[in-house]
Amino acid sequence: MTRPGRTHRLPAAAATPAPATLPPVGLPGLDPAFSRLVEVAESGAAAPATRTWHLLDNAARLAELGVTPVGTVLCVHGNPTWSYLWREFVTKATDAAAAGRPAWRVIAIDQLEMGFSERRGTVRPLARRVTDLGDLTDTLGLAGPVVTFGHDWGGVVSLGWAVDHPELLGAVMLLNTAVHQPEDSPIPAPLRLALAGPVLAAATVTTPAFLETTLALAHPRLSAAVKRAYRAPYRAAARRGGIGAFVADIPVDFAHESAAELDRIAGSLRDLLVPALMLWGPRDPIFSDRYLDDLVGRLPHADVHRFEAAGHLVAEDVDYAAAALTWLGECAPVVEPAATEAEAASETWPAPVVEPAATEAEADWVAGPHHPLWHYLDELRDSDETALVDMSPPGGRAPRVVSWRMLARQVRRLAAGLDLIGVRRGDRVSLLVPPGADLTAVLYACLRIGAVVVVADAGLGLRGLTRAVRGAHPDHVIGATPGLVAARALGWPGQKISVARLPKPVHRALDVSFTLAELLSLGMAEGLPASPAPGDRAAVLFTSGSTGPAKGVVYTHAQLAAVAHALHAQYGVGLGTGLVAGFAPFALLGPALGARSVTPDMDVTSPKTLTATAVAAAVAAIDATVVFLSPAALANVVATEAALTPADHRALAGVRSFLSAGAPVAEPLLAGAARLMPRASAHTPYGMTEGLLMTDITLEGIRDAAPTSLADLAGPGGVCVGCPAATTRIRISALDADGAATGELSDAPGVTGEIVVSAPHTLDHYSRLWLTDRAARRGAVAGERWHRSGDVGHFDSAGRLWIEGRLPHVIATATGVLTPVGPEQRIEGVAEIARAAVVGVGPAGTQQPIAVVETLPSGRRVALATPGLAAAVREAAGLQLAAVLVVPRLPTDIRHNSKIDRSRLSRWAETVLSGGRMSRP
Amino acid sequence: MTAPAGAGPTRVGPAARTATLHPHGEPPLLTVLVTGASGFLGRAVAARIVAAGHEVYTFQRRASGVPGVIDRLGSVEDPAAVARAIDGIDAVVHLAAKVSLAGEAADFEAVNVGGTRTLLAAAADAGACRFVYVSSPSVAHAGASIVGQDALPADPDRARGDYARTKARAELIALAADSPRLRVVAVRPHLVWGPGDTQLVARIVDRARSGRLPLLGHGAALIDSTYVDNAASAIAAALEHADGVHGRAYVVTNGEPRPVAELLAGICAAAGVPAPAWRVPAALARGAGSLIEAAWQVRPGADEPPMTRFLAEQLSTAHWFDQRRTRADLDWVPEVTLDEGFRRLAASYR
Repeated sequence: MTRPGRTHRLPAAAATPAPATLPPVGLPGLDPAFSRLVEVAESGAAAPATRTWHLLDNAARLAELGVTPVGTVLCVHGNPTWSYLWREFVTKATDAAAAGRPAWRVIAIDQLEMGFSERRGTVRPLARRVTDLGDLTDTLGLAGPVVTFGHDWGGVVSLGWAVDHPELLGAVMLLNTAVHQPEDSPIPAPLRLALAGPVLAAATVTTPAFLETTLALAHPRLSAAVKRAYRAPYRAAARRGGIGAFVADIPVDFAHESAAELDRIAGSLRDLLVPALMLWGPRDPIFSDRYLDDLVGRLPHADVHRFEAAGHLVAEDVDYAAAALTWLGECAPVVEPAATEAEAASETWPAPVVEPAATEAEADWVAGPHHPLWHYLDELRDSDETALVDMSPPGGRAPRVVSWRMLARQVRRLAAGLDLIGVRRGDRVSLLVPPGADLTAVLYACLRIGAVVVVADAGLGLRGLTRAVRGAHPDHVIGATPGLVAARALGWPGQKISVARLPKPVHRALDVSFTLAELLSLGMAEGLPASPAPGDRAAVLFTSGSTGPAKGVVYTHAQLAAVAHALHAQYGVGLGTGLVAGFAPFALLGPALGARSVTPDMDVTSPKTLTATAVAAAVAAIDATVVFLSPAALANVVATEAALTPADHRALAGVRSFLSAGAPVAEPLLAGAARLMPRASAHTPYGMTEGLLMTDITLEGIRDAAPTSLADLAGPGGVCVGCPAATTRIRISALDADGAATGELSDAPGVTGEIVVSAPHTLDHYSRLWLTDRAARRGAVAGERWHRSGDVGHFDSAGRLWIEGRLPHVIATATGVLTPVGPEQRIEGVAEIARAAVVGVGPAGTQQPIAVVETLPSGRRVALATPGLAAAVREAAGLQLAAVLVVPRLPTDIRHNSKIDRSRLSRWAETVLSGGRMSRP
Repeated sequence: MTAPAGAGPTRVGPAARTATLHPHGEPPLLTVLVTGASGFLGRAVAARIVAAGHEVYTFQRRASGVPGVIDRLGSVEDPAAVARAIDGIDAVVHLAAKVSLAGEAADFEAVNVGGTRTLLAAAADAGACRFVYVSSPSVAHAGASIVGQDALPADPDRARGDYARTKARAELIALAADSPRLRVVAVRPHLVWGPGDTQLVARIVDRARSGRLPLLGHGAALIDSTYVDNAASAIAAALEHADGVHGRAYVVTNGEPRPVAELLAGICAAAGVPAPAWRVPAALARGAGSLIEAAWQVRPGADEPPMTRFLAEQLSTAHWFDQRRTRADLDWVPEVTLDEGFRRLAASYR
């Protein structure tokens, strides 16, 4: 209970009393009409006492509007903010009600001793604050459903209220917060510093340091006016006692008086079955991702969205208010469910749940029993046939040949070993292992026990990789030494398991718990846990991020098995096929297909080092008939053709199909590769991390699709990627005048729009990106699973799909939308042009198209094109280009060096063409 | 003053000014007064309105030289002359203005603000039903780049220079005079050019010929311009549609922004003179512009200053506009493309 005496750690000023007041008028974004003061009788007090609260409340406004709330959202700020934090949410909720959408009453409180609520100078431990909030809601007489919404330590208080009021509780929403300090990790450094004896008083009360530090955490920076508004209730030391007391109330150890209450709340969360939403800013030095992990562990059904660029003040960094209202509209229970459900149905799309009906070709597979990924490992466990060949195993010895018997045993023993050291079904295991026999064995062992593998592309770079691994919050990391070094240096979470045996000091230094060899001997008895179910999560794959921030793509076992099946159906890869695995995502599926696979000798972090000789050697090693290569590797393979011996040529002549996936491959390059494998059909499929095989086209197909007439050239153009793969359906969602993909799904030819895909082998969902998931499923056929690819294209009359660019790169002019790829290809036909990008400048709907080009030879500085070149480019493009700019180099993604960053170019061009500095893009 | 007798299209008399339709449902034929018709754009506008079948009178100090019109000479600063000129008129298209980049502030005020006020009052007294005020995008321009914006309200307090400031005030006065009886539209053509232009084109060509035309900055700022025939057809369209769009302001351009260097080069090439080859940093030009402007106040010369801050800004920042509302409301599209305009300009120099 309140203990006026316990202020010894804080200066006397902290105990200065002051009555509650209304905030000053004119604070940006805060409507004074929402402010009110409420007197509340304090429960459990020795003598009758009242406390006056300041709060924001839109109830009066809703009454003026004549609308009945569907429920109440109770917003609780943290330290050292105040209800001002929630201004946007109060306003947006009220605006939504005024616009006829479901009306939410929003109450945002100033905690006692904080904001503009009453100051008594008393210390209010966590338990008291939870009771205080209950006293307030009793006084207000709130009826259900109530949705709590908390930030920072206000998150804990709001959850305390939530667990104490199950009869009223409808849902919980959280911004960055924490309910539990893991025993094995120290509390965040900034707080440790603030808690250090004398520092506490100085940092929190005597000076505004703690307040200023918090306000500096916004990304982008807060405006001076907004900072002033946050400071308004904390202008002098006498007003900041609550800030100091709040910090002092952080339970640093079990002996702390609030530790028990925190434990009670944290422990009770597992019983909360109401819908939950967490909106998180990972760039938070205090409530980092590990606290999110902890919360997700307690509320596993929660919807989570991590805003990659946001931090602690996520409410200032992103449009959290719109996100919360969207979620409330879909997920929260409301009063009068019958009426609002019908309304919700008209506004939102039902969540897709099933795949479209199977085509005839896949009927046998789909109708049959679930084919687990380890099906052939079980079936061929006694076979001495070759399963894997590693042409360059770690250590640089001779090729390593692994039989099915050996592989199956390794997988079983590793699986049993992992199980014994506590790797559980649903645990996330980050794999930092280069492709080869070790990765294959570890991967299938994890899948077998139901652990979720996290695979991030090395092409992300260390920074992207770190964000990806942290975002995926692995419970365990299995790594080769470089991966473990990075994990150690960058503080990646999780128990560390080393692929290699390490000298003792290194072992310790890298914080390694086990090695694979130890797991193999631990698992000697091959005691396996129950297999995971088809609907269980199997993998999180991180995209390269070449088209935006890295996103974790989650697949279930059934969906990964469907990827294998799609390869089988499209390319005939199956039991006994010899497969050269030069492209990791497909290569790893060799054992799932029953195929014999070989990893060629190459530096996996630099695929362009692969030589023709290495490919030929790999083909010869297992009599391969199918070759998978990455597009980046292809150029060097073709370039090193001269080194091939007659024997190499003979081996390559045995290849029946050859496939290059990952990025579009130009016809000359594919033709060059096809010459090396004269009896193979050359394929280049179209796909994405979210759906690895969507369409397929052969070299002949590419040649057939080449424009043959001027009429072809005048159309939208693009890159032809062929027809949908065997188990895939593709539709187009047409673009509107502003370039938004708002059209119904359609397969009508000649219509440009967003490419929307559906297949048994597309992703299940994005990891912790609730809003992204929702956007990707928008407009799906009811009851079906569709995914919006973000690519733009059209079907031709022959049913072939053409890619015209990315959705954000669509140019919305006053006379219609334009897509970049077609005109770029036409401009690249001009003799002087090496590479071109067509982007829009100006506001959507009235954008002007412009071209940015690299010339031959390349220009040394950025300049306007000469009149002659500009005329030639305009003529070729067939567009009224407002400007033609010449640059030494177009900005491209790191990974493929082929995807031009058109969004960046567009921003750059807008500056230059407004009279800004002519910098490099 | 009497109307030409006999021949010509059916007149809509002052008694029935808007109601009478042409027998075939075409728009009514009007008696129109075009002010400033001896100017470059005014001539084109008067000719265009004549071609549409309306009866056209003009009002300015000099003969207009436009075939098919009747000149009523006088100054907008002379209320009596204005009253005489407006007798029997259904609609006014008001272009007369002091356009220069330099001069006494009081002169701009008298012509641009006073003249417009006088004309509006006279039009209302005479029972005219339509009034097209020809304005300039500079009335809403404070010096920053304009990138695909639609017309913003005129803002005399932020407009740069006496010309823009007085045009802004006059536009506000004109639109405030809009009523169900006198329907006022403001049209703001941006950078009008074409054969016979003694303002923009002639100055560019003269300076380029004598090697005095610099490029400001890198010359990549996107500038939209208006070929004279397009400006004229847009103003004529505003006259036709005034009953539906009155009270509003419309920016008019070709809708083909180009880097300022390309525009200048196109004009120079058409005139057969070398394109600007030397550059002046834009910031320097803006600074120099205000210095020269200040000096000019002290020692005014016969011509206008070689560079003003306003002009420097115009030529080194982007100016292009959202034309969707203009085109939809006025049911108008530019007929002459930029390239065709350059061809016609070149033909005029041969």
